[in-house]
Amino acid sequence: MRNLRNLATAVAAALALSPVSVLAQDAAPVKIGVVAFLSGPAASPFGVPARNAAELVIELMNAGKAPAPYDTKGFGGSKIETVIIDESGGTTTQVTEFRNLVQRHNVDLVIGYVSSGSCVGIAPVAEELKKLTNFFDCGTPRIFEDASYKYVFRTSPTSTMDNVAAAMYLKDIKPKMKSFAGINQNYAWGQDSWGDFEASMKHFFPKIEVKTSQMPKLFAGQYNTEISTLLGAKADVIHSSFYDGDLEALLLQASPRGLFKKSTGVLTAGETIMHKLAKQVPDGTILGARGPFGPYAPDNVYNKWFVKEFEARYQVPPTYPSYQMAQAIMGVKLAWEKAQAANGGKRPSNEQVAAALENSTFEGPGGVVKMAIGKGHQAIMETAYGLSKVVGGKVTVTKVKRYPAEKVNPPEGVKAADWIAGGFKQ
Amino acid sequence: MSPDTHRDRTLPILGAVLLAVIVFGPLLPKWALFLLTIALAKGLVSLGLMLQLRAGLVSFGQALYYCIGGYTAGSLGRFFDISDMLLQMICGAFAAAFVALILGFLLARYRGIFYGLLSMALSMILYGLLAKSESLGSTDGINILPSTVFGIRPAQEWVRYVVIVTGCSVAVLATALVHRYLKTPLGRLAPAIKDNEIRVEYMGASVRRAIHVKYVIAAALSGIGGALAATAVGHIDPDMAYWTTSGEFIFIAILAGTRSVVAPFLGAVIFGIIHTTAFDLSPNTWQMTLGISLLLVIVFLPEGLWSLFGRRKAA
Repeated sequence: MRNLRNLATAVAAALALSPVSVLAQDAAPVKIGVVAFLSGPAASPFGVPARNAAELVIELMNAGKAPAPYDTKGFGGSKIETVIIDESGGTTTQVTEFRNLVQRHNVDLVIGYVSSGSCVGIAPVAEELKKLTNFFDCGTPRIFEDASYKYVFRTSPTSTMDNVAAAMYLKDIKPKMKSFAGINQNYAWGQDSWGDFEASMKHFFPKIEVKTSQMPKLFAGQYNTEISTLLGAKADVIHSSFYDGDLEALLLQASPRGLFKKSTGVLTAGETIMHKLAKQVPDGTILGARGPFGPYAPDNVYNKWFVKEFEARYQVPPTYPSYQMAQAIMGVKLAWEKAQAANGGKRPSNEQVAAALENSTFEGPGGVVKMAIGKGHQAIMETAYGLSKVVGGKVTVTKVKRYPAEKVNPPEGVKAADWIAGGFKQ
Repeated sequence: MSPDTHRDRTLPILGAVLLAVIVFGPLLPKWALFLLTIALAKGLVSLGLMLQLRAGLVSFGQALYYCIGGYTAGSLGRFFDISDMLLQMICGAFAAAFVALILGFLLARYRGIFYGLLSMALSMILYGLLAKSESLGSTDGINILPSTVFGIRPAQEWVRYVVIVTGCSVAVLATALVHRYLKTPLGRLAPAIKDNEIRVEYMGASVRRAIHVKYVIAAALSGIGGALAATAVGHIDPDMAYWTTSGEFIFIAILAGTRSVVAPFLGAVIFGIIHTTAFDLSPNTWQMTLGISLLLVIVFLPEGLWSLFGRRKAA
């Protein structure tokens, strides 16, 4: 008997530990699950800036302090509440926590996910649970190429655009270049980035020579061997999709050896560290921001508002993950309000919001976002590249060229890889 | 200490658990069903770890077989269009056992830290291979087909229930077999191996063979666990073989203790609850919460949570 009593104690303790399930919402607030890396190596470059942007934008929206047409309070007058979840712990954890968000916290929608692995894993679950889910950052084009979804959206462009546009920019500013090399992390992001870049380069420069492709392991931190190989390769251009910590380490180690002075660097995610490393980025390095974000953001009212508020609160300028998070919330807000208006002012269902978001177009701090591909679920945007130039100890960009959304993204129904291989037919 | 001095209630407990899942499953919220399914999968792997722990061996690479189970299930769907979760679990077990049979010849010769690190190295090799294979989605992984049972795809409302009942039946059967094995002479050797290997050899038993058998059984259990997790989650990626995944299993095994074959499952459920609560209450410091709870268990219950139920025997 005592065994049974012990068992009962343990079960009671376990139940006491488990979170109290929240009562179903009664019309009042709109509950959003926000998921981004809050721990691990992807937290400081992506997760935390994104979470900061989410907190800021939602607070301003709740106060009705966003510029029109985002100036109604909350979502269509309903206050926004958030449940913030860490994206660490692997896909199994993320799928578990996604289900918890939906079925225990009863969130109305989910905005999140930095890692493409999380997005690939979550998409079918979101569909199973019929829960509106907007991926704000992950890059892989596979999500809407391999399947079609009703409830899943991505209001940020795919990583294809970054590398295609990088090749176009080189064609514009270095039409006579003869060779290139690459250093990318050996995981899906690095492999895809290099694959897209290499194929695009071969299209724009049919006679180009590929000197070497270095694929060190993710978060390796030490790149002296790779730097030696790259120095020996003497390529005109070196492509890298490194970001944050790895990029910082690469630049710090490459700087004394003059690597990026001898070969022009094309840093497709270079914007993540441009505010930190003024001394290590030689003038003339090509910097990307994964879209028209940060230094490439248009001079519109939303950008002015966002930068001013972000700097006032966090004392640093917003980087692209912050922009992506802001526009993810803004796009959903507009769709929510459109659906609410169509629903006679009553709270819209997930299906109604999804229908309103599908194929929609809206403008945010990064400019115009068109939900044009992936059956209206995947955004395309224009993008821009420029050359770094240190002015007064700060990295700025010059010779900025902008590429229209339709030119750097595949048309509806065409897979990114096929589009590149087929010579960018629209 | 010997389990035979009083009545052994393991089999009735296992039966009761299965019955409880079948009866109370439909009443539980869906998120709890999913949490329990994952706990079941992790419990199976931890049961494998427990077998090794009883012989004094700590594997830092049990995720190798968890991953093999998962990728076997995924490959069946991707290349042969097989989504039957029973078949996936059986194939996962066999694939893992087969690999363990071969690697066992190497591993059974090592003890202590060498055993641990070698097993970890092997699982990291698999991680590295998968991270480089772009046809299997590299580090992003791939989705696997929605689960079916005997060719039937359950309705959306019932799929979580069907998955847990099927998973639980397999797990209970496997656990009962392990319980049975622990009563065979070969199974009983484990604590003796832990205490004094030379004496075991003197008695005429082969320590290497005993460890090899344990290693293969542990792998088969982990393979089932991996396949179950894969079909429940619907996605597999190389992280399944990463050393932190192995660490999670060790965490559960230590939390649970090695006294009963049921302990790892209790450990996995408690781990799942602590994990999700920590995620909920402290999204920025959930790792710390996990760490503190493990420390508390190690300090106050050095033989794991199961010692809560067995203390009376020692007294």
